[in-house]
Amino acid sequence: MILKGKGVFEGIAVGKLKIIVHQKIEISSDKKFAPENEKVRFIEAREKTCDYLESLYQRAVNSNLKDSEAEIFNMHKMMAQDLDFEDAVVSSIESGYCAEYAVKEAGRNLSEMFASMDDAYMKARSADVLDVSEQIIRNLAGLSSETIVIDKPCILYSDDFSPSEIVKIDSAKLLGFATKGGSDNSHTAILARTLGIPCIVATGVDIPITDDGKDAVIDCESGTLIVNPDKTQLKEYLAKAQKIAKAKEMQKSLIGKPNETIDGKRVEVYCNIGNASDTSLALKNDAGGIGLFRSEFLYLESKDYPTEEEQFIQYKNTVETMSPKPVIIRTMDIGADKQADYFNLEKEENPALGFRSIRICLERPEIMETQLTALYRASAFGNLMVMIPMITNESELDWVLDMAKNVREKLKAQKIKFNEKMPLGIMIETPAAAIISDVLAKKADFFSIGTNDLTQYTLAVDRQNSKLEKVCDKHHPALMRLISMTVQNAHACKKWVGICGELARDLSLTEYFLKIGVDELSVSPAYVLPLREKIRSLNLSE
Amino acid sequence: MKQFDFTITDKEGIHARPAGILVAEAKKFVSQITIKKDDKQADAKRMFAIMSLIAKQGDTVTVICEGEDEDAAELKLKEVLKQNL
Repeated sequence: MILKGKGVFEGIAVGKLKIIVHQKIEISSDKKFAPENEKVRFIEAREKTCDYLESLYQRAVNSNLKDSEAEIFNMHKMMAQDLDFEDAVVSSIESGYCAEYAVKEAGRNLSEMFASMDDAYMKARSADVLDVSEQIIRNLAGLSSETIVIDKPCILYSDDFSPSEIVKIDSAKLLGFATKGGSDNSHTAILARTLGIPCIVATGVDIPITDDGKDAVIDCESGTLIVNPDKTQLKEYLAKAQKIAKAKEMQKSLIGKPNETIDGKRVEVYCNIGNASDTSLALKNDAGGIGLFRSEFLYLESKDYPTEEEQFIQYKNTVETMSPKPVIIRTMDIGADKQADYFNLEKEENPALGFRSIRICLERPEIMETQLTALYRASAFGNLMVMIPMITNESELDWVLDMAKNVREKLKAQKIKFNEKMPLGIMIETPAAAIISDVLAKKADFFSIGTNDLTQYTLAVDRQNSKLEKVCDKHHPALMRLISMTVQNAHACKKWVGICGELARDLSLTEYFLKIGVDELSVSPAYVLPLREKIRSLNLSE
Repeated sequence: MKQFDFTITDKEGIHARPAGILVAEAKKFVSQITIKKDDKQADAKRMFAIMSLIAKQGDTVTVICEGEDEDAAELKLKEVLKQNL
């Protein structure tokens, strides 16, 4: 079987296919089931769940995960074995309900009990209880485990992966990704680029579960996924994959060399990363700094608002690891396609144009205050800069600057060390911000142009909609004008400008960006060296 | 019946991990083991019940062991609480 899609990252992956099925389980609420039978089913399913959680725990312990992360699986196992939970399930089964219904109800009641507790830690356990009961229900229904667990190297296939699902993936064993839906800009695609893993999106086809475990090949160049290739094909691709690996070795010779054109123009090349552990990838690829640290992953990975202390530790680790190189952390960009349950955001007709990032903070200022406090505290440990996403108005920037001032005063009063001059910049990712960039440049310390959203908002093209990729002209003159205008306005106020969107890695635009004076380009770790190669081949005076 | 008081020094209180350890140890005994905090009480063999006591640093809980192996249970639980909380 050959599937056509869109290649996201370069390269070839050869490996066993693992199919992830996101299935909705129908649960009967009838009271007509034989209790003895249902009890046995429950006990058996719970045992499977416990074995599975045990395997997750062992994997986490053996990998380099923190103890606290491994401990979650242990806790889930004990929850599954809890006697109160068992009593509730059994009593429901005895009144005639099926095991699935009984587990669901018991889980729901316990999770409500936790949710109503007057304690932040206990409240957050409510999601754990639901996780556990969903797991048992999956085992009752005879489905494979929902959480994506990779025990050996494989190529993953699914309809699409949610951001929170992606963060749970054991990426060390990931050879490649492919999805039925998604687009060049979906989170799966972004993750693939960060990790430098071959990926195909938007195949539009389901692969039958019977193909799970078969051989598969991902070829990004042609955008194809081959399931069950014949022996000669397999051999051919393995040889190609080796060749690509060799070319990558060649690029490594660029490590330590400056990002300088033949005629001596220099530009900074930084990295986009999603969490503190990605810094090792950035350093390995010789990035000059972190140009975009997406702090929202901290929010997506947790079950409740991350505390100041939790955030501080992550930021401090990142800043310390990279020091003296700069780290630019973007404040949380939740909303639109990035949702965390505990934010309790209302469903919107038009989420991309709706309640997201700074707009949420304006209504819930404590989120921004906690984050800024954690960031200022981390600023004492290295070269930290902070930027605010989704700015459209000058008043929003004023609001943030005011709050930053308050935070600084509070920290001073508490005699906590921090960098008083920590640069505060903004993202230019709305046409509005680009157009008033002359005004914003007077107040912001720097600009970082987020080309993904800027493209979406300028061209009125939904970045998650794969059907629109044809009309999404990423080199549209309107976009180029907004970018060059932003650079001019910033330079007029002696501020610097970076580009952190996907356009930064578009090698056909590198020359243009250098000519208009962009000061920094921030790309996924795997693109640092290819971009350096490109820069070093250019001669702007020609 | 054996009973003793214990004041929690762990700064996170009885969260999931120590609750789990407590349950695992309590289950090794046939005695009925109860943990009391103020007017609330919980069966020490039930994790959700223990967690819902919301026992924090500085709180004092009372542990009551009742049954044929209550002496051994008291000894063991004292040790477990000391080590983990």
